[in-house]
Amino acid sequence: MVSLVIIVALSVLAYFASQMRAAALAAGGATLRARPTFHGYLAFVVALLAGLVALALAGLTPALPALIAAPAAAAAGGIAVFLAVSPVLRARVIFEKIVLAVLILASAIAIFTTIGIVASVAVESLHFFQQVPMQSFLFGTDWSPTAPVPSFGFVPLLTGTLLITVIALTVAAPLGLLSAIYLAEYADLKTRAIAKPLLELLAGVPTVVLGFFAALTVAPFIKTAGAAMGFSIASESAMAAGLVMGMMIVPLISSLSDDVINAVPQAMRDGSYAMGATKSETIRKVVFPAALPGIVSAFILAISRAIGETMIVVMAAGLAPNLTFNPFAAVTTVTVQISAMLVGDQEFDSAKTLSAFALGLTLFLITLALNIYALRVVRKYKEHYA
Amino acid sequence: MPDIVLTAQQQRTRKRNLTEKRFRRLCFAAIAVTAVFLAFLVMNLGIKAVPAFTSSAMPLTINVEPDKVDSTAIASGDFPGMVKDAIAKLMPKVESRADRKKLYQLLSGSVADEVQHRVMADPSLVGKDVTLQATLSADADMFLKGQQTSTTKFAGTAPLSLAADGEAFKISAQGHGFKAGEIVLTPTGALRVTETSAEGAKAEALVAPDETGAVAAGQWQSLQFSDGEDSRRTSDLEAVWLQRFTDQGKIQSMFDKALFTNGDSRAPEQAGLRGAFIGSLFTILVTLLTALPLGVAAALYLEEFAPKNRFTDLIEVNINNLAAVPSIIFGLLGLAMFLNFFGLPRSSSLVGGLVLALLVLPTIIIASRAALRSVPPSIKEAALGVGASHQQAVFHHVMPLAVPGILTGTILGIARALGETAPLLMIGMIAFIADVPGRITDAATVLPVQVYLWSTLPEAAFRSRTSAAIIILMIVLLCFNALAIFLRNKFERRW
Repeated sequence: MVSLVIIVALSVLAYFASQMRAAALAAGGATLRARPTFHGYLAFVVALLAGLVALALAGLTPALPALIAAPAAAAAGGIAVFLAVSPVLRARVIFEKIVLAVLILASAIAIFTTIGIVASVAVESLHFFQQVPMQSFLFGTDWSPTAPVPSFGFVPLLTGTLLITVIALTVAAPLGLLSAIYLAEYADLKTRAIAKPLLELLAGVPTVVLGFFAALTVAPFIKTAGAAMGFSIASESAMAAGLVMGMMIVPLISSLSDDVINAVPQAMRDGSYAMGATKSETIRKVVFPAALPGIVSAFILAISRAIGETMIVVMAAGLAPNLTFNPFAAVTTVTVQISAMLVGDQEFDSAKTLSAFALGLTLFLITLALNIYALRVVRKYKEHYA
Repeated sequence: MPDIVLTAQQQRTRKRNLTEKRFRRLCFAAIAVTAVFLAFLVMNLGIKAVPAFTSSAMPLTINVEPDKVDSTAIASGDFPGMVKDAIAKLMPKVESRADRKKLYQLLSGSVADEVQHRVMADPSLVGKDVTLQATLSADADMFLKGQQTSTTKFAGTAPLSLAADGEAFKISAQGHGFKAGEIVLTPTGALRVTETSAEGAKAEALVAPDETGAVAAGQWQSLQFSDGEDSRRTSDLEAVWLQRFTDQGKIQSMFDKALFTNGDSRAPEQAGLRGAFIGSLFTILVTLLTALPLGVAAALYLEEFAPKNRFTDLIEVNINNLAAVPSIIFGLLGLAMFLNFFGLPRSSSLVGGLVLALLVLPTIIIASRAALRSVPPSIKEAALGVGASHQQAVFHHVMPLAVPGILTGTILGIARALGETAPLLMIGMIAFIADVPGRITDAATVLPVQVYLWSTLPEAAFRSRTSAAIIILMIVLLCFNALAIFLRNKFERRW
């Protein structure tokens, strides 16, 4: 922290020194190739970058004391530019090149992040698959990582995840799509001005809040309702998690579908009206088919969101890896198990901890495939009507 | 009047119009269901949260006895002992050690801490009396709020006849039917009804009464509970004590400051959000300071400088995909990269902030690009026309005009980061941390994780605490969103 302050102070100093030296040259009658300010800027960024690089190096090699190395590097950078100040120094061009390099580096962070995700998840997964054969992971039907003879069968987690996703989609697909149709086709400006922020508000509710609601309000309600009708329902059921997750996804589906429906050219609607069709007939027979690819991709993004959602299922679905399609039974999901394996003691040599990364890899690949497909459909669709 | 006969075509039109109406209503219903859900969610949590904002307390005078505390080593003094004596003085007839302990446990453990605190600050208090508002324990507080069991109180409107019958008592009162488990409070004692019969009831003494014979109307009262003694945490005897304190007008309901000023605690009445507040603040600062410059820089490059080639295409595909990667995966990244590879401190706001920065980076980039794109090209062209370099045109003219849009997108991204829980669980921000963090490398927790932590605790008192934390979190998020909307409306320019 201290060295950071010193670096910045030195860089500012370098700015003023170089700027003044260049200004003095200009005042002396020399024609500079860049304005004095740019000489200052150049000194500033060179000093700053040199200092930061030294700081990072000092952080990696303990032998190098940061408090000496970083300021020294910054000073050296500043002095180098100060000495280089001359009428022929193309300060602006060099400065702009450095800025551009920094911008490129910043945009490459996205690539680094992806590489980082793949690398970190894949490496630990490899360790996992050295201990547990891939076949027994992918096709095993028994998930009991803490048993004396642990078994890592992925299938019950997959079915649990799918079960909850199906419930969520059953709730969210009609609600989201119909509200999008209402917003895009029927609502006047005033209704839109109320309904849109409302949906955004729902989208902004943290999932931990929805999880608490699912576990404490929805699940007991389902349980008592079931008891009243003579069923016995587990207090942690796929239904409670699925219903609340469905409500969480409604804003996602509706805002994506809203965009898609709005992108359908007005001429298509006008043509349909001209033939005497009513509004709902136009929507169902003209607008909907035209918007279908976009709507499908909205649903796919929603599925990917549901599969990757963690807090709601952690709090409401439970940890029991039951291989069942009964929506009123307790199930567990991929994300629940990832967090269950990693919260608490982590031992990076045990299959239990490593299994979280194998699950993470699977989750990443599944959602990645869904996302790529959906985004491609959206892109094509946009090009189609643009 | 003859029936109006519709032609086939008219009938069809009528049917089609009906369908139209029905479809429209169906669409509206979808929005209504969503709105009702949201309203129900907020109301449900709000109602649950209300009790957590108040706590019960009673004034207590504690004698700081010199034989219990050495003025040279105050920290090792027996402060709980003093508090125990002080409250025992208020409730005579409590003699057994076990009962005295129970009586003391009506109070929060924080009372002894506070006495110690005061004596440490002012050692001259040794040997004197200290008077303070003693917070009650969460169980006592919940009992008084009626959250453990619902209590029905009967004022004795007729004289109560009271006759000793060996160890037990026979009681009866005109016009009042006693129930088993009911508690009868006489001026000096308390009885629990054990058997009932037509002419009266048999009762055992919880606190032996001095009086026998008759108790005048208005001098006694009785309490009935909806739950048996076994199924609540406050016993009948404790209920009697609390009722006595209430009758003496001692118990006051106050605004619960501890919820805001304390760090986390295992005792519900002492658990507060201050640690989580500070943790959230540090985490969000780290996120903002990393994600905003990186996001804006990336957006500037991609929107203004990048040539159209495979590299920039790759970046764009990456950004769009990262925006849809599940947040828990970012937690795995943080665990494997920041903790295991770079060795940054576990559970710290620094790592949490960095993970969240990567998480919201795509959002900020996409919003910033949209903001930059909405600035009309004529502005840049004019700057270029008068001889500005490309970068001067962008940094001096385009970017300032895009700032409101960039800020709006950033605030929305930050609001999302503030509500994020799952990735932070992976990097250990879930540990129980009673201390308030002082720097970004200290172990910390954040508001949503605190909500999750409290929701997993078995004590019922933590449920209303959790709801209160949720309401506070939602208010903070609402403020962020309101700020974003305000900025958008105030500074947005349509060209």
